[in-house]
Amino acid sequence: MSTDSPASMVRVILPYHLRTLSGTGPEVTLEVAAPVSVRQVLDALESRYPMLRGTIRDQVTLVRRPFLRVFACEQDLSHDSPEAPLPDSITSGKEPLLILGAIAGG
Amino acid sequence: MSGVRVLVGTRKGAFILTSDGKRSNWQISGPFFAGWEIYHLKGSPADPNRIYASQTSGWFGQVIQRSDDGGQTWAPVGNKFAYDGTPGTHQWYDGTPHPWEFKRVWHLEPSLADPDTVYAGVEDAALFRSSDAGATWAEISGLRGHGAGTDTLAPQWQPGAGGMCLHTILLDPTNPARMYIAISAAGAFRTDDGGCNWMPINKGLVSNFMPNPTAVVGHCVHHVAMHPSRPDVLFMQKHWDVMRSDDAGDSWREVSGNLPTDFGFAIDVHAHEPETLYVVPIKSDSEHFPLDGKLRVYRSRSGGNEWEPLANGLPEKDCYVNVLRDAMAVDTLDDCGIYFGTTGGQVYGSADSGDSWAPIVRDLPAVLSVEVQTLK
Repeated sequence: MSTDSPASMVRVILPYHLRTLSGTGPEVTLEVAAPVSVRQVLDALESRYPMLRGTIRDQVTLVRRPFLRVFACEQDLSHDSPEAPLPDSITSGKEPLLILGAIAGG
Repeated sequence: MSGVRVLVGTRKGAFILTSDGKRSNWQISGPFFAGWEIYHLKGSPADPNRIYASQTSGWFGQVIQRSDDGGQTWAPVGNKFAYDGTPGTHQWYDGTPHPWEFKRVWHLEPSLADPDTVYAGVEDAALFRSSDAGATWAEISGLRGHGAGTDTLAPQWQPGAGGMCLHTILLDPTNPARMYIAISAAGAFRTDDGGCNWMPINKGLVSNFMPNPTAVVGHCVHHVAMHPSRPDVLFMQKHWDVMRSDDAGDSWREVSGNLPTDFGFAIDVHAHEPETLYVVPIKSDSEHFPLDGKLRVYRSRSGGNEWEPLANGLPEKDCYVNVLRDAMAVDTLDDCGIYFGTTGGQVYGSADSGDSWAPIVRDLPAVLSVEVQTLK
């Protein structure tokens, strides 16, 4: 699963409103220290884009906001431990980590 | 040259309406923060180029935006609203204890003197302050009973249907240590020592939906207004009843008078006539729209009790919008301008103290808040 290299370049796809908030394109590439997990990716994302703090997970508890999901390699990782190692295809940059907003609302 | 800048928060973004002092030709800019709920924007009285905005989302939570150039450009600032110490509990709708949980900022009130100091009223109800232009926020926790000698009964507070929000913040221009706030559905509170200690100021309020209609807390206060020249005189639109206090909230008396219905949300005071008030009567708490489909502002020139309908230029039929608590404001030009926004997306303005009205813009998303900056 996780890579042995000290850092990975991880691709992250953000939902539209977080792209506008952070001023990024649809995808960002982050250098993430091993072992690469959702928590490590979010740490790197929030470090690069501080305005995203609190928008994906609570700033104090680090609990994922309820209307957001984390997908990778056609799997929903939302209910896995945020410390769980991400698949090799994520750590290698072959596949992106998707942060998705619930399709709801008016 | 004088002019006005109207700051409009809506369900789907912010808009800024600008005009010269004649207030007949308007420029509309926005949407800013498109797609996000903008509960409130307000400019600093000390520096009109400094504007704060509360940007929220059910998906992405709370963001605070700040502009230093009058709303032309914006940047997100701090959005960490952590309750002081153990958050504790308040009553849930079913009467059981429920942990305090931050949801959103309803109202931002910049300091009267310092552009870098701003207060935030939040849901679940608490008051925060930033002294670094929004970069960091700290709870003024005395309100919820963390200060010595307080008796605010916070564990007994209970949310209204719209959530337990701290929606009104009034700063006394003559006394920096005095501040008023209001919470739905807890009531109004005052501090006389800069926020360390707070007291409920709900004596005289009667709320028949409560087991004890005159209880110390539990009242669904919708909004409170003050004229800066007389900060001890307060006007309140309660769930039902328009109320007045002449002693800084120590006691209240009803001034609904001849209003056709005294339910409503918004209330404000004329910029130059401290006894001239404005409300927008709404049919009832079950039917949140104007009576008979006629949108009318009511004005009292006697500090309440005697009210006159203002209809010139407002819809006379088939109008079923609401005007929310923070969606009315006044400018301070010589002929006072009055502004309000509706849940139907209209922003109406009057450049003659309410005698006549015209829509500034008709088709915005539902309007949550309206504030005005008078530019001189």
